[in-house]
Amino acid sequence: MKTDLTSNLHKKQSSNSLALTLLKGRTLIVLALLLLFFSFATPNFLSTNTFLLLAKHVALYGILAIGMTYVIITGGIDLSVGAVVGLAGMIAGGLINNGFTLTMFGVTLYFSVPIVVLFTLMVGAFVGWLNGIIITKFGVAPFIATLGTMYIARGFAMLHSNGATYSNIIGNEALGNTGLSVFGSRVFGMPVGALILVFIAIIAGILLKKTTFGWHVFSIGGNERAAKLSGVKVDKVKILVYIFSGVCAAIVGIITASQLEAAHPASGETWEMNAIAAAVLGGTSMAGGIGTIGGTIIGAFVIGVISDGMVMCGVSEFWQMIIKGVVIILAVIVDQFQRNLQAKIALQARNDSKTEPKEEIKI
Amino acid sequence: MDICLHAEKVSKIYPGTKALDEVSFDVYTGKVNVLIGENGAGKSTLMKIIAGIEQQSEGQLFMGTKKVQFQNVTEAKQNGIGIIHQELSLFPNLNVYQNIFMAREKTHGSIRLDNEKHIELTKKIMEKLEHPIDPHVLVGDLRVGQQQMIEIARNLIQDDLKILIMDEPTSSLSAQEVQVLFKIIKELKAEGISIVYISHRLEEIMKIGDYVTILRDGKFVASSPVKNIDIQWIVKEMVGKGKVYPKRKEEIDWSRREKVLEVKNLTVPKKGGGYLLDHVNFDLKKGEILGIYGLMGAGRTEIFECIMGLRPEHTGDIFLNGELLRIKSVSGQIDRGFAMVPEDRQREGLVQTMDIGKNISLSSLQKYARSIFLNEKKEERSVDAEIKDIHIKVADKRLPILSLSGGNQQKVVIGKGILTQPTILLLDEPSRGIDIGAKTEVFEIINQYADEGLSIVVISSELQEIMAIADRIMVLSNGIKTREMMKNDITEDKLVLASYQGHVIKKNVS
Repeated sequence: MKTDLTSNLHKKQSSNSLALTLLKGRTLIVLALLLLFFSFATPNFLSTNTFLLLAKHVALYGILAIGMTYVIITGGIDLSVGAVVGLAGMIAGGLINNGFTLTMFGVTLYFSVPIVVLFTLMVGAFVGWLNGIIITKFGVAPFIATLGTMYIARGFAMLHSNGATYSNIIGNEALGNTGLSVFGSRVFGMPVGALILVFIAIIAGILLKKTTFGWHVFSIGGNERAAKLSGVKVDKVKILVYIFSGVCAAIVGIITASQLEAAHPASGETWEMNAIAAAVLGGTSMAGGIGTIGGTIIGAFVIGVISDGMVMCGVSEFWQMIIKGVVIILAVIVDQFQRNLQAKIALQARNDSKTEPKEEIKI
Repeated sequence: MDICLHAEKVSKIYPGTKALDEVSFDVYTGKVNVLIGENGAGKSTLMKIIAGIEQQSEGQLFMGTKKVQFQNVTEAKQNGIGIIHQELSLFPNLNVYQNIFMAREKTHGSIRLDNEKHIELTKKIMEKLEHPIDPHVLVGDLRVGQQQMIEIARNLIQDDLKILIMDEPTSSLSAQEVQVLFKIIKELKAEGISIVYISHRLEEIMKIGDYVTILRDGKFVASSPVKNIDIQWIVKEMVGKGKVYPKRKEEIDWSRREKVLEVKNLTVPKKGGGYLLDHVNFDLKKGEILGIYGLMGAGRTEIFECIMGLRPEHTGDIFLNGELLRIKSVSGQIDRGFAMVPEDRQREGLVQTMDIGKNISLSSLQKYARSIFLNEKKEERSVDAEIKDIHIKVADKRLPILSLSGGNQQKVVIGKGILTQPTILLLDEPSRGIDIGAKTEVFEIINQYADEGLSIVVISSELQEIMAIADRIMVLSNGIKTREMMKNDITEDKLVLASYQGHVIKKNVS
């Protein structure tokens, strides 16, 4: 009788852990299913060209989503990244096309591309730093703080050219500022954007898992008060995380401008939502404390495959939005389910350890 | 004898464990029925079943001769059963009368709220409870003790209350408030209402209880009228075998030990006037365990918060090894050799999303880093050593922290502090919410480290506990240090007396 009960119990536990393994790999499973579906639905889907195009698209919100993942793991949110994409593109484009005019001296300076890129990244970092300062030092909720900086950054992007587009930002041989287009080109057949994504993903993944900084990020999202009492420099870590997100957004801004060879002040609009969606699809918990870079990248690919696949199937853009929305909600529902299951298993383990080794407590 | 509710061989099976194992329990009408047992003994589970929060897997409940089965809280309420939870379940954003009448609102024509009636009834019930609180005050602005009264009022408003379950109602009350609560309990008894009372405070049970039922590991152990038993009997039945707190060595001559910490004129102003801490002075010697005793809100935790850099508004001087400290941040204080184990394990001690190992190493990660990279081997070795050292019972340190029992979770928090290799360890209620077995172990750990030269300050509100563990005790009352005693000078009476003196002094001044 007793053995019957325990064997039943073990069966239940092992089926639970199987379910858990499947749940943990769900985004990957979904991705595989999507690829399978679209390869049947559209004959041209499984081709190198499609994948290169896909990689090019995914690179953009993949990079945004990496920064976003860091922010969400600390328990925050960064709504300003889309606007920073637009602002960064405008700054890079403006510097190349119009240079930097010092009205005092009546001269216009033109910088080489590396300096333009560096300056643009610094602007992204500045917006991130501003987010961090507003959130940590003034105690504004991340949602509101970054909503505010979103409008501010977008406003400056518009002001920069009075809403006009900088077109043909290829630079001038004579001014020595050609070469921005390299970020939109291909190296060894791979889109540079995708290579940058891989590079950032590796750095971000290592930073998150293998460094003290990464663990501090996790601890802040898990329990900020406990992290602070444990000696984690909460404010500093948070500010760094928002700076990272801002820099990621600026990188995306440069890549976008380079791919189009033009900078439009409205570019990047609503991209923050794609970034959040990719992170959440990848298993990042909006409550903070949980998330992986690998998951986020897979999440970004899921969104990319859905978008590109549906375009190739001829599904209208409006339906695409609806389907994307449904997928995101389903992902979070499944995520909740997984967490409940995990909590249940943890409690089971606690109860088991309580019933079994009770005798061996020695005083 | 009149039995109001009878539980017959009730079992509750959760996946993987039996939380209750054929427990029978009687609720005597108009009496205080006390339920005691260590954490995880099944008290709360039994109460939840009676209150309709959970349903039993086996067994029956009877009220009188009628068999009852509550599918939810509302059904239990209809049968006159109310429960006051251990963690208050009030709405801090709503006012007193809204809290009391939530989900049992009085209305005009079942649409428009009848707030006049709410206010009138609230005033009446609060007067009865000797806490005439303005019904319009936000509950979030009340003291915890007052909130507890609101929680009680909420249950009393029920018309045909027969059984009131109280799960550790005094854990957040001051001594005066406890007296008021006991008076209310007596009045309820006189009205024929039966009380089911859960508490860890044994002295309290002897004072207020009529019948005691003891559970251990989900099983019924013993029950008896209170008049036939004493505390020793309860402890023996609860634990299974006699256990005592480890005693400190007494032969040390503290006057010859060097001071490691000295605090002078520590003062923290209170919002809206007065002081949380009023010019408190004390010192701590090497290898000494200093106990801080006092009631809730006496300013005990604030001392730790000042030392750890969490209260930049404090004034007064803190010296470490004779050197005046300029305290900037928690991390700075940890670097200087301070470590704190906070009072609220879940809210301040643990990061629930991280595994056991990372929770232990969180404070000392910097030590295992080569430039920015974490040396995982080194980290793992230290964590393993710590787990062994303080006997944390874990199958695998990569399991989630919540898979541990309360006692082991507490050891993880203590381990985290010790792993930073502190010279001064600050423990805020280290035994709160853990069972007696784990308490003993925690105090053995404290003893052991003190013997090795670690200087320790322990806050506790349990008399027996602090008397056993401390070499010296200082008593705080209302922010004022009212007494300091060496080990051989300490008695319960002196401690209790001193813990009220701060209020008297204040009154005399004003």
